[in-house]
Amino acid sequence: MTRLRRKDAAKAIAMVAVVGFALLVPVFATDPATTNIAVFTAMYVGLATSWNIMGGYTGYISLGHAAFFGFGAYALGVMLAHLGIPSGFEPFLFVPVAGILTALLAVGIGWVALRTRAATFVIVTIAMMFMIQLLAENLSGLTGGGAGLSFPVPPWSGDFYNTPFYYAMVVIALLALGVSWLIRRSKFGLGLLAIRDDEDKALAVGVPARAYKLTAFIISAALVGMIGAVYGYYVTYIYPQFAIDPLIGISMVLMVFLGGLGTLWGPVLGAVILEPAQLSFAYTFGASKLYLVFYAAVFLLVILLLPRGIIPSFMDLVARVRRRRAVGPSAPAATASDPHAVAGIQSP
Amino acid sequence: MSLLEVSGLSKHFGGVTAVRDCSLSLEPGSITGLIGPNGSGKTTVFNLITGFIVKDAGEVRFDGRSIGNLGPDRIYGLGIGRTFQLARIFPRLTALENMLVPVRRKGLRGLFSPGQRHDERQRAMDMLSAMDISAVAHLLAGSLSYGQRKLLELAAVMMAQPRLVLLDEPAGGVNPSLVERIGEHIRELNRQGVTFLVVEHNMPFVMNLCGEIVVLHRGTVLAQGSPSDVRANATVLDAYLGS
Repeated sequence: MTRLRRKDAAKAIAMVAVVGFALLVPVFATDPATTNIAVFTAMYVGLATSWNIMGGYTGYISLGHAAFFGFGAYALGVMLAHLGIPSGFEPFLFVPVAGILTALLAVGIGWVALRTRAATFVIVTIAMMFMIQLLAENLSGLTGGGAGLSFPVPPWSGDFYNTPFYYAMVVIALLALGVSWLIRRSKFGLGLLAIRDDEDKALAVGVPARAYKLTAFIISAALVGMIGAVYGYYVTYIYPQFAIDPLIGISMVLMVFLGGLGTLWGPVLGAVILEPAQLSFAYTFGASKLYLVFYAAVFLLVILLLPRGIIPSFMDLVARVRRRRAVGPSAPAATASDPHAVAGIQSP
Repeated sequence: MSLLEVSGLSKHFGGVTAVRDCSLSLEPGSITGLIGPNGSGKTTVFNLITGFIVKDAGEVRFDGRSIGNLGPDRIYGLGIGRTFQLARIFPRLTALENMLVPVRRKGLRGLFSPGQRHDERQRAMDMLSAMDISAVAHLLAGSLSYGQRKLLELAAVMMAQPRLVLLDEPAGGVNPSLVERIGEHIRELNRQGVTFLVVEHNMPFVMNLCGEIVVLHRGTVLAQGSPSDVRANATVLDAYLGS
């Protein structure tokens, strides 16, 4: 018990340290180039964590989450423009409204897309994303069409400009993490993991799979929509191919795969590694699409070397080392994929 | 009144008639065997009763209530559990977590509160102990042996206290001593009031276990009766051995 409590205490301290560090970034990093990286990193921590609630827990890989991201941005932009909301801090108050509108969109998309499974689901989500992009293009009365949509520009100086956006991104990322943690330890989350492992079996033991999947999909989309809304206000000008960018959808997926699919902290780790790397790549080689080569290389390496992501592979390693210490070096290697394995338990 | 009443059940897959005008009824507290040659429609009947496939015609009544149009999760909720032909468990969850998935809770609050409540955990551990697999409770189910998976699947299905359980080849693919043990577990659960419908190819096992045998052939009920009646039935021998 004491070991467990010590582990919990260590976890709590680590949490406080990470959150404290995140909150203090704008204090010790003051130049806009650095805080810009911080804004985007916090953004991707939130996106990857939110995507993981659907993709990681249920195993339904959506490559269309960029639709919710862009929709959230447009939702806020249209609200600001049509309701005549002044710039400053006030637009942030409407970010949750953008999240709710995105949730409503997700009800519709999920209703259709979740009739399919596996590869078909992936394709349907991609198709849905391009449909939303086309709608943004064609509903020009509302969205400005191909000419784009401008947000009111915040009246802040260059040094301060990034700070409110950074904190907005951090707050949503923490919200996403909290929701993700709550779901993972809940009865609902257990049902999602059961669906991931074997959906028909889950149905056979009473898990209402359709309602569960749809709920996870909506929660995931709403969080992504809120992040998109903050992003839109941050960049102050969006157009369809820019806000609903397939590469944003793929980036969050890649980050989750790198860190560890279906784990709580994997998406955070993946985002913290990849996003600064991608931005510094862009700074070094100019605003080219060269970083895509880098992404492709990362994807290949992850699939080849760490197919389950950093955190599960690391946990395996720790468990293996512990086991070896506990029973001596001659002990047979037990199931590597099993972090709970206890040496000495034999099959009857 | 019978617990399960199947009447005139039919199912076609394209040009193939898997189940044709199938009728059977199960008395509460009974263990009934459903036997028949390969392809005679046994698993299809299971899938029809448990809502995995939609019937073309006929009626399924459980405890007097028509369940022919409900989904599998609803049907489990009403009290009909099932196992699968090749034991199906959740490989990336621990054995204990496998036990907790089927537990039912009321209301939204139950859904978003922690997945392992103390009382549920205790009940799960008791059930695992009853099946002699409590030692593997914290192992990932995917790392268990096939026999352990079979026991785990049966144990997990019982967690929501179903009144009727359909077992698809409970003795398939396991060693003779485990076949014995599985038979014992089924009898014990039956003594506690659970009704069973068992699909099985192991004839000594099924004849020994069941009080009533239903023989299925080409999707229809060929014969029904006590094990000795069925064994003596000439048409049944024909169906199995060919005339």
